[in-house]
Parts: sequence; C-alpha cells; structure tokens
Amino acid sequence: MKPPISYADPFDHDNLEDPGPLHASLRGAGPVVHLSRYDTYALARYEQVHAALTDWQRFQSAAGVGLSNFRYEKPWRPPSLLLEADPPQHDAPRRVLSAIIGPRALHRLRDQWATVADDLVDRVLSGGDVVDAVPALAEAFPLRVFPDAVGIPAEGRENLLPYGDHLFNAFGPPNDLVVAGAPRIADLSAWVNAQCARDVLSPDGFGAAIWAAADRGDLTSEQAPLVVRSLLSAGVDTTVHGLSAVLYAFATNPEQWQRLRKQPSLARVAFDEAVRWESPVQTFFRTATTDVTVGETVIPDGAKILMFLGAANRDPRRWENPDSFDLCRDPSGHVGFGMGIHQCVGQHIARLEAESVLTALARRVPHIELAGPVHRHHNNTLRAWRSIPVRLHRK
Amino acid sequence: MAETRTLRVTGKEPVADGVVALTLADPHGARLPDWTPGAHIDLILPGGLVRQYSLCGDRWDAYTYRIAVLRETNGRGGSAYIHDGLDIGEAVGLGGPRNNFPVVPAGRYLFIAGGIGITPLLPMIAQVDLLGADWQLLYGGRREASLAFGRDLAGYGDRVHLRPEDRYGLLDLTGFLTAWQPGTRVYSCGPVPLLAAVERACADLPPHTLRMERFTASMLTGPARSAPFEIELARSKTVLTVPAGSSVLDVLAAAGADVLSSCRQGVCGTCEITVLSGEPDHRDSVLDDTERAAGTCMFACVSRSRSDRLVVDL
Ligand code: FES
Repeated sequence: MKPPISYADPFDHDNLEDPGPLHASLRGAGPVVHLSRYDTYALARYEQVHAALTDWQRFQSAAGVGLSNFRYEKPWRPPSLLLEADPPQHDAPRRVLSAIIGPRALHRLRDQWATVADDLVDRVLSGGDVVDAVPALAEAFPLRVFPDAVGIPAEGRENLLPYGDHLFNAFGPPNDLVVAGAPRIADLSAWVNAQCARDVLSPDGFGAAIWAAADRGDLTSEQAPLVVRSLLSAGVDTTVHGLSAVLYAFATNPEQWQRLRKQPSLARVAFDEAVRWESPVQTFFRTATTDVTVGETVIPDGAKILMFLGAANRDPRRWENPDSFDLCRDPSGHVGFGMGIHQCVGQHIARLEAESVLTALARRVPHIELAGPVHRHHNNTLRAWRSIPVRLHRK
Repeated sequence: MAETRTLRVTGKEPVADGVVALTLADPHGARLPDWTPGAHIDLILPGGLVRQYSLCGDRWDAYTYRIAVLRETNGRGGSAYIHDGLDIGEAVGLGGPRNNFPVVPAGRYLFIAGGIGITPLLPMIAQVDLLGADWQLLYGGRREASLAFGRDLAGYGDRVHLRPEDRYGLLDLTGFLTAWQPGTRVYSCGPVPLLAAVERACADLPPHTLRMERFTASMLTGPARSAPFEIELARSKTVLTVPAGSSVLDVLAAAGADVLSSCRQGVCGTCEITVLSGEPDHRDSVLDDTERAAGTCMFACVSRSRSDRLVVDL
C-alpha cells in the first residue's frame, strides 16, 4: 500500500522553531509517511520508532544516520565507529566505551561533579538574580566537567560547541544551516581530531582509558582516536541542550520545581522527563537493509527512514498528557536516548551532570521563573536553545 | 510487562554423540536481547538449577537463540535434565546474555576448540569470516562423531582442521601455532586440560594475544529461586513482596519508588539500585563476574533475589 505523503520540510526554520504541529500531523497520518521532499520515509509514532530503533538488522546505521546515504555518497568525515556502524564493526568500540563511561565507572565522579556544580551555582548567584540559563548553567557546567573527564587540554575548548553544532546540522539536508557552518568546519575538525591523539590526552581521563583498551588489544590503534572523537562529538551539545531543556521546563512549571525541592531524589526522573518532553536529539535516520514492511507500507531496500524521536516521545498513544512536563509521570522507555544497540552510550554521564546541577540549584533556589523572551537555536537534529533568561530567587 | 524473562524451547536435535542443540524463543514471539559472539546465557531450569551455555546461533536472527549441550556424565544434573527431561514447548528462565569472551578486532585469528568448546567459537568464526579476516580453526574431540557442527564447519574448506583424537591423537598445538604472526589473536575454548596446554603453547606470544573462556564450577552459585521474595526499602522503611511473575522494577514502580528504567532487558544500566543486604540473583548483561559476586548493586528490570529478603537503598 502507498503510504500517505507529506510535502513538509522538517528541516525548515518554521518546523525547527516549533516542530509540534508537524509531529502531530505525521503521527496522525499513519504509522509511516512518505516525505516527498527528500524521498524518505518518516516514522513518528512511538511504536514504530521504538521498533525501528531496536531492529538494527533491518534498519541499519552504517549507511549514515543523516540524510546522506553512504551506500551512494561519500561521508564528509570518516564515519563514526559507534553511531555510523553496525555489528560486527560496532561491537568492540561500543563494548570498550560502555565499560569506560558506564554507570558503575561514573561513581567516582559523583562527588567531584557535585562540588563543581555547587561552586558554579554559587558563582552564578553572586552575579545577580537574572541570568541567561543557557550560557551560565547549561553550557558552563558540561564545558567545565566533560572535557576534563575526557582529558583534553584547556586550550581550544571553545571549539567543541561549534563543532558539535555543525556535526548535528550535517545529519540533515545541505540547507542554510549547513552552509553557514561549512567555512569553519575544516579547522574545527582538525582541532577535534588533534585532541584524540594519545599524547594530547591526560593520563587519567576517558580518552586515556580508550587508548589503554587499544593497548590491551580490545581495539585497534586506528580505532582508538575515532572512539575518543565520538565522545567529543556526541557528548557536549546534546548535554547542553538536555540541561537547557530541564531548566526551561522548571522555569515554566513552577509547581514541578517545588516538587523537586521537596524531593531532590527526583532529579534523575526530572532530567529524563525533560529529555522525553523536549527530545534534545530530535531525529536520526536509518537505512532499510531489505524491503521492510511497516504498517501496510513496504519501505524499499536502501531507502532512508527518518525517525522522529521527539514525536514518539509525545505520542498520545504511548503517553498520557504528553505535552506536559510532569514529575509524577514515569518517563522510562522514552526514546530520547534512542533504544537498542545504538542507545546513547553517554546517557549515564548526561544524567549525572543533570543531577549535579539540579541538586545544587534546588538547594539554593526556592523559585525559578522566566525573566524575558526565550530564543531557540535552530539545528537540523537538535532541539536547541540560544537563550533562556531566568530569575533565580535566592534563599 | 509483569513477566519475568522466560524462553520456550522450540527445537531440540542431536548434533553429535552426546550433544543436543536447543533452539529457544520468546513465548510471545518478541525479539530476544541482542548478543555478541562469545556471549553466554544463564538457563534457569525448573527447580532452580542455573547453567551457562554459549550462544552458537546467528545474531542476525533476533528471534531465536541456539545453544548446544553436552551430556556431562559426571555433571550435577543440569545437562542430564536438558537431554532427558526438557521437551519442546517447555519454559526455562533466562539470565544475560553476557560476554566475557568478546572478539577483538584483528586481521588474523587462530581458533582452538576442544569438544563442546566449539560453541562460542562458531559465531566468532562466522563473523570474522564475514569481515574478511584471515583465520584457521583447530578442532579436537574424542571421535569424529563427537565433533559437533563438523558438517557446518566443513563449508569453510581448508581453514578448518578437524582432529578427532582416535585418529590423530592429542591436538598438535605447537604445529598449529606456527601459523601465528604478529597481530594474530588466539581464541580457545574447551576442557580445562586443553586450555592449560594452549596456555603453555602460547606462553611466549605477546601479552593479550590469547583469549580463553573457562566455564568453571565457581561461576555457579546456589539455585535460583522461583518463590516470591521481599524487598525492603531502607530509606522509606517499606517492605514489598515481589511475586514470582513480576519484576522488581514493576513492584517498585507500583509502590511509587522513583526508579528510572529504559531498556527493560538488563542491557542499558539505567535501573541500577544499590543493594545493602541480601543476595541478588543477577540476570543482567551489564555486570562482570567480580561485580556480580560483590552483590552490592542490581538491575531492577531483570534481576531477582536468592535470599528471602533484599534490602535496597531507596
Ligand atoms: S532498564 Fe536497562 S538495565 Fe534495567
């Protein structure tokens, strides 16, 4: 059966500014929709997105998780060994990285990051009541703890965000956002690649642990720098926008902030609920490895499939009152981190970062509210923020 | 949702003298948890016997697991039960899959199998062959008829050296290892004396060259329990009962404890809880053997309890 057709461009500025109406119409149209503009198939309902994410056998990543199809086009950079690979090539890098940044391995960072968060919140509060939560908290915290944890030098860290921004734009079509990033990307890439070398990395970070895995023969020495690169590519912008999302959620849902303050152990739930609600990573593509039937539609072998994680996370078939940010809900099972073998390997880092910041804030800030107009930052993949002015009421 | 993980036996066939292969599937036809070559699962047999078996099927088939079981004449009843008592259609409990024996990337591999030790190597071989790596297999057993999967392996031609003992004597490890070159990984699985011999034969090779899997009795703890158990939330001083058919996660969620989860398969690590006392029955794919033995944490979506009560930090 022919699927319903949508002529929309999910990557135009209107849809990037507010994807909600497009998501609703795609979910309503059927389990799969043909996006005529890109000759791509769209999945926007939770059930189909979840199924496609877990089915790596039929929905491959190795042909690229952006619009570009690596079967026919050369990727702009060497493919990621994690994101843009399938078994068996995906196994060793994934295994090594999940041991290094898995939940058990992060316990040792907990106290350290709590101290950094306390310190950051103190400094922010000493600067006045009204702050822009994006640079002051959402960017400042990850940029302080994450590059240290990876073990890259202090110099040049300002390159991380523009690099990530371009990388996530490049998963979309070659539109104005990609064009705007193009002039700097060669330099940014060269800088990022240089940070992945063994002798640049500090001896105690995740980067060094990746190289140590190569010494043990668990990875090849060609793979090690690419795995370090994955950390630097996927670990910064995503967390920044995840933190922005949770801060915006609390600034606009004051009763939820009170709930968190009463029960600080909800910090993790709050972050996952914000990831469900905002889906910092909105979309990823897969490629059909064979003719795949979804609903009553046959998606042909080799076709690109766009999975709308953000739409799935607000699918009323799966979630009650999906548009509300609600700490009473159990957000478990959201697909904001993906699902299956490609599920975000850094999710535990993101949760720990968010928990650190929220706990520090909740201790000192009885009320948080918007203090001016907010501004989105448009990116082809990320649901991103430029500015969230907030008033932080001190005790 | 409320179900603990079980598999149904959907196929059972002899594959060599004293070896039977089982095909296992989800009772409702769902996908099974993903695995990588070298992984094993825990089978929880009726009565609580827990036994480990390497997966030897095709990971591209997400709906069935395949294992091969040797009848152990001096065993403690697990293999005899599988051979004689476990019929098609019956249910068994699942733990894992876990992988302590992963394939590392390399251009060349030498595989050495003894008897039923071929099982973890089969999917490894299929995979490195697919990747175009150079490899050879030396495979020994008592007699030709006791070499499981010999016919499948024959398809690989002269990469495979089948060496039944009644015709060739003990495996010529030294001769086989002359094919070793820098960068070659050696993978071996089989009975303890073979592994000891392989270890000696590889003694002069660079560190990390040799990878072996030992299944030893020390990996087995007491029987799993299917009876309900209690879970005490130390901070809120609540005691909950986990019935046989429900997961710890479901019980905690129903009681309003905020335990996040994601994969619900014991894979992602999101639902970790800290165990203060009691003995968790680990069924996840996350912890390594040391962490499992420590028993200080568990994954609530799949793991259960061996003791009557677990006290957790919630
Ligand atoms: S939810 Fe993933 S390990 Fe339990």
